[in-house]
Amino acid sequence: MLKRKIGKIALGFAAAFSASAALATVAQARDLTVVSWGGAYQDAQKKVYFEPFKKTAGIAMNDESWDGGVGVLRAKVQGGAATWDVVQVESDELAVGCEEGLFEKMDYSRIGGEAAYIPPSVNACGVGAILYDFVLGYDKDKLKDAPSGWADFFDTKKIPGKRALRQGPKTTLEIALMADGVAPKDVYKVLATDEGVERAFKKLDTIKGDIVWWKAGAQPPQLLASGEVVMTSVYNGRIDTANKNEKKNFGMVWDGALFTLDSWVILKGSPNKDAAYKFLDFAGKAENQSKLSENIAYGTSNKDAAGRLAPAVLKDLPTAPDNIKNAVEINEGFWLENIDRLTERFNKWAAK
Amino acid sequence: MTDALLTGANASTEVSLKRRLRRAERTRQVKALALVVPLLVFLLFTFAGPIAGMLWRAVDDREVRQVLPQTIAALADWDGKGLPDEKAYAALASDIQAARAGGTIAIAAKRLNYALNGFRTILTSTARNLKPVPEPGTAKETLSKINPAWRERSTWTTIKDASGPVTGFYLLAALDLTRNADGAIVAAPPDQAIYRDIFARTFLISLGVTALCLILGFPVAYLLAVLPPGRSNLLMIFVLLPFWTSLLVRTCAWIVLLQSKGVVNDSLHWLGIIDEPLRLIYNRFGVCVAMTHVLLPFMILPLYSSMKAISPAYMRAAASLGAAPLTAFLRIYLPQTLPGIGAGSLLVFILALGYYITPALVGGAADQMISYFIALYTTETANWGLASALGAVLLLATLLLALVYGKLVQGQQVTGGMKN
Repeated sequence: MLKRKIGKIALGFAAAFSASAALATVAQARDLTVVSWGGAYQDAQKKVYFEPFKKTAGIAMNDESWDGGVGVLRAKVQGGAATWDVVQVESDELAVGCEEGLFEKMDYSRIGGEAAYIPPSVNACGVGAILYDFVLGYDKDKLKDAPSGWADFFDTKKIPGKRALRQGPKTTLEIALMADGVAPKDVYKVLATDEGVERAFKKLDTIKGDIVWWKAGAQPPQLLASGEVVMTSVYNGRIDTANKNEKKNFGMVWDGALFTLDSWVILKGSPNKDAAYKFLDFAGKAENQSKLSENIAYGTSNKDAAGRLAPAVLKDLPTAPDNIKNAVEINEGFWLENIDRLTERFNKWAAK
Repeated sequence: MTDALLTGANASTEVSLKRRLRRAERTRQVKALALVVPLLVFLLFTFAGPIAGMLWRAVDDREVRQVLPQTIAALADWDGKGLPDEKAYAALASDIQAARAGGTIAIAAKRLNYALNGFRTILTSTARNLKPVPEPGTAKETLSKINPAWRERSTWTTIKDASGPVTGFYLLAALDLTRNADGAIVAAPPDQAIYRDIFARTFLISLGVTALCLILGFPVAYLLAVLPPGRSNLLMIFVLLPFWTSLLVRTCAWIVLLQSKGVVNDSLHWLGIIDEPLRLIYNRFGVCVAMTHVLLPFMILPLYSSMKAISPAYMRAAASLGAAPLTAFLRIYLPQTLPGIGAGSLLVFILALGYYITPALVGGAADQMISYFIALYTTETANWGLASALGAVLLLATLLLALVYGKLVQGQQVTGGMKN
């Protein structure tokens, strides 16, 4: 115990002196370290994955949290001070990190085989952990007539008041196009053309003065609760948590939602690869995954996990058949190619 | 004659004396230096080293050269007119094959995509479809069939421009400039030309916040300097309290105060002054208010220390010589506080330049400062070249300002600007 403490302190120093790689070698011979997104989500993971895994497998592990960004992972791996083993990443981090060789190739034979997982969650560098949505969220107590979709989101006559969207072009442009009448399945086809980008910005122009831009996932529920905005784009799990834990009465519109996956990856050169695979195998089993969905409203990656859930739980999940029927998967390939250009374009537009 | 001899002898003893003196001086200097060596080494590793590394990344351009070495070599003697010859196409085909096997194709694709949007697809689709190595002499035909972009001159000039090992590409982009196909520096297309505006915005907000801090901080610092110790200590605690509170907490407190159903708007509404809530947040106003509050102590403390040193006798003397209070203040008191004003303003201004979390939380999309973009390119899109270039431009601008400040305050310190 004391030894681990000293290791921790030394690690703290190593992080502080990121320039002196000499100190970073302290990071050898440590316990398995799993990194996730913190908050209510990581609390649920602790309960259903981390603690039971420690007990059943008898393997010591620590969990930490982070805020994302492939640059962070690049610094970890290239800086030679990789203090993490298993990290939960978003789909863009998975794509870029995989291309840059930051992750170990995922050996599916050690985690139950590819056939055990839903197709979108199988990737050469990682395995899907959860599936979640950007939905239209609103406060039922304040809006008597529920909005029916993104078109209403842009209709300030029908529903007056401010709206919140995620700052940046990603998700914002897709939403604008759907509001303008583009069918969910055609969104990226349209967005791939210059006219499509113009069209999205034109649509955004119509409510430019009424948009509040949020940057972190915790902000939208807070903006709704304080009455700052009447509607917002928001992660579905955040709405669910606010309703359960803070007794809010928030509603969601699943129609035209944007879904994406988070995946588990093993960082390149991890000294704890065996333990990492044991953990991923544990976290990939249907009986463990279904417990996660009972605690927090995310869909999971094992094909048989949803079948174990009570209908009352399933109806609020992104993976429920009714909810996913008109949802679009965020196209990472498109954003990899266009994020820098459209980020510049977005900020040009915002500053006008 | 004897005079000359004497002076000669004198001179020689003087020289040796001088030399001895110098030697003694040098030993002392070396000893003094030895004392600060640990600190210097520490700074070198933790400060100078990382900054140099950051600056280097702004010009480092070796990705394409690593992935497509033969192509770069083949393009070395291409004049950039028309299309390169068969040799270059064959080199590219063989490079792509090798990179695909090594899994490095994306590294080059990412870099080339910065310069020419869509290059990622060109390269990855070519890699996917280039099954066998083309027969000698057919590489050009094969590649052009897979992707017509290989028949475009701009595709090849992009590769040639990115051949490294160093580049001005990122630094130019940070200043809204780019090179056209002929290598001339021209303005970036209007959709991508955002950084000058953002730098201007950053400097403008910092300047505004500095001015606000000075206006609000000056009277407070004066009070601190003239009140009896008991009360000035209490006031000092109020000034220092923000220092002991987390920046994030203070920023969030402003959100609670300023939002449309926040304390300020509700109070004004209750008093009947307004019907509709005022927009006090998620705009420039909110950013300036929150940043001023956060940075105020950095202005007050240097002002206070310069005012503490001013003897009250000066003002009394001015009054006894017939100066009106305003004249006495402007001609006697104010000049003596100039060092404090200068130090406080510079400190607040430079801190404000690098502000990130406050504008991110209380600003709108049009109020994000340069640090937001540096963070975005560092962590989110991992475009470290551009992030470093933006950082380098900011660093240079800040250094210039510090130099100008140094020139301005030179000779003002001691006399407080008064003519002796």
